[in-house]
Amino acid sequence: MSTMIKVGMADLKVADFPNALTTLGLGSCVGICLYDPLTKITGMAHIMLPSSKAIRKNENVAKFADTAIVELISQMEVKGARKSRFYAKIAGGAQMFSFSSQNDAMKIGERNAEAVREILKNMGIPIKADETGGNFGRTIEFYSEDGKLLIKTAGKGIREL
Amino acid sequence: MSDQLNLNNNIVLDVLREIGNIGAGNAATSLAKMIDKKVDMKVPVVKVLEFDEVPEILGGPENIVCGIFFKIEGDITGSIMFVLDQSSAINLVDLLMPRDNAEFDEFTISALKEIGNILSGAYVSSLSGLTNLKIKISVPALAIDMAGAILSVPAIEFGQMGDNVLIIQNEFIETDAAKKVDGYFFLIPDMESYEVLLGSLGVTL
Repeated sequence: MSTMIKVGMADLKVADFPNALTTLGLGSCVGICLYDPLTKITGMAHIMLPSSKAIRKNENVAKFADTAIVELISQMEVKGARKSRFYAKIAGGAQMFSFSSQNDAMKIGERNAEAVREILKNMGIPIKADETGGNFGRTIEFYSEDGKLLIKTAGKGIREL
Repeated sequence: MSDQLNLNNNIVLDVLREIGNIGAGNAATSLAKMIDKKVDMKVPVVKVLEFDEVPEILGGPENIVCGIFFKIEGDITGSIMFVLDQSSAINLVDLLMPRDNAEFDEFTISALKEIGNILSGAYVSSLSGLTNLKIKISVPALAIDMAGAILSVPAIEFGQMGDNVLIIQNEFIETDAAKKVDGYFFLIPDMESYEVLLGSLGVTL
């Protein structure tokens, strides 16, 4: 029996085969999925902000792209996964509300996605699927069997990556 | 200057609750004037929630809701968001312009923007009157999508200050038709503006 494990906002979880991971209603946040194809160990983080460095209250490592990715890798490695085999799939980073005069704060989704890409690149983890941006919410499901990522939207159907 | 906003501080919470009260009262009055009917309002409930609890009050992260978002400009900066579930949104538009088979069409959307504008405007103007600060709101931006996605916007703003979200719940009831509208305001001043706002009311963080 496989279980669907829920990842909340500013949260991260690691799962073994045959379990799957999900996070519901991603908006400007980014869902980061990591996969080790050999051990079928998966990890998912639901981050809210790009960097812990500019924020004074930063104990919650799962809230920030930089600290969440480091923590996710370390928890997966404790279970026997190896970073050198990892690949990533990412989704979210939408801009839910748009204004004609756009300031930086409003583009938080884009900044989140950019930070995630940058950090994964520095870690040497290839990104196999990148479904970020747009102006709509996404629910994602990540399967340990084959690293499949399912993306559900309201009114825009289901996509498989 | 404090490191973070302490939403568990009782005095701060009382002040914010009172702001919520007066703001919502004004919003209800504006709504009543607009629809020319009597509108009752329950005492607003101010809640401090964990991130994961926020979508739950609107039926769970995947429930479809309507968010109307404004930027706050002037002596303080930040944003204000008014969120309704689908039935409340349709009820609200219905109060303004009763129709058969009301649905989420272009008319509903533009009516919602306008109603959101008036309610949020009333809210902000009472805040302005209370604090003597110049505060105005931008044009509205509207989104209809999953609650989790819509609420990620205020959650991220609050996330820069701590691990909680402050939410003001208002229930409006149009007395004659007994139509209920459950609306939620998120008042999200930027961190520096929180101090200006509370400072202008004699509260130091």
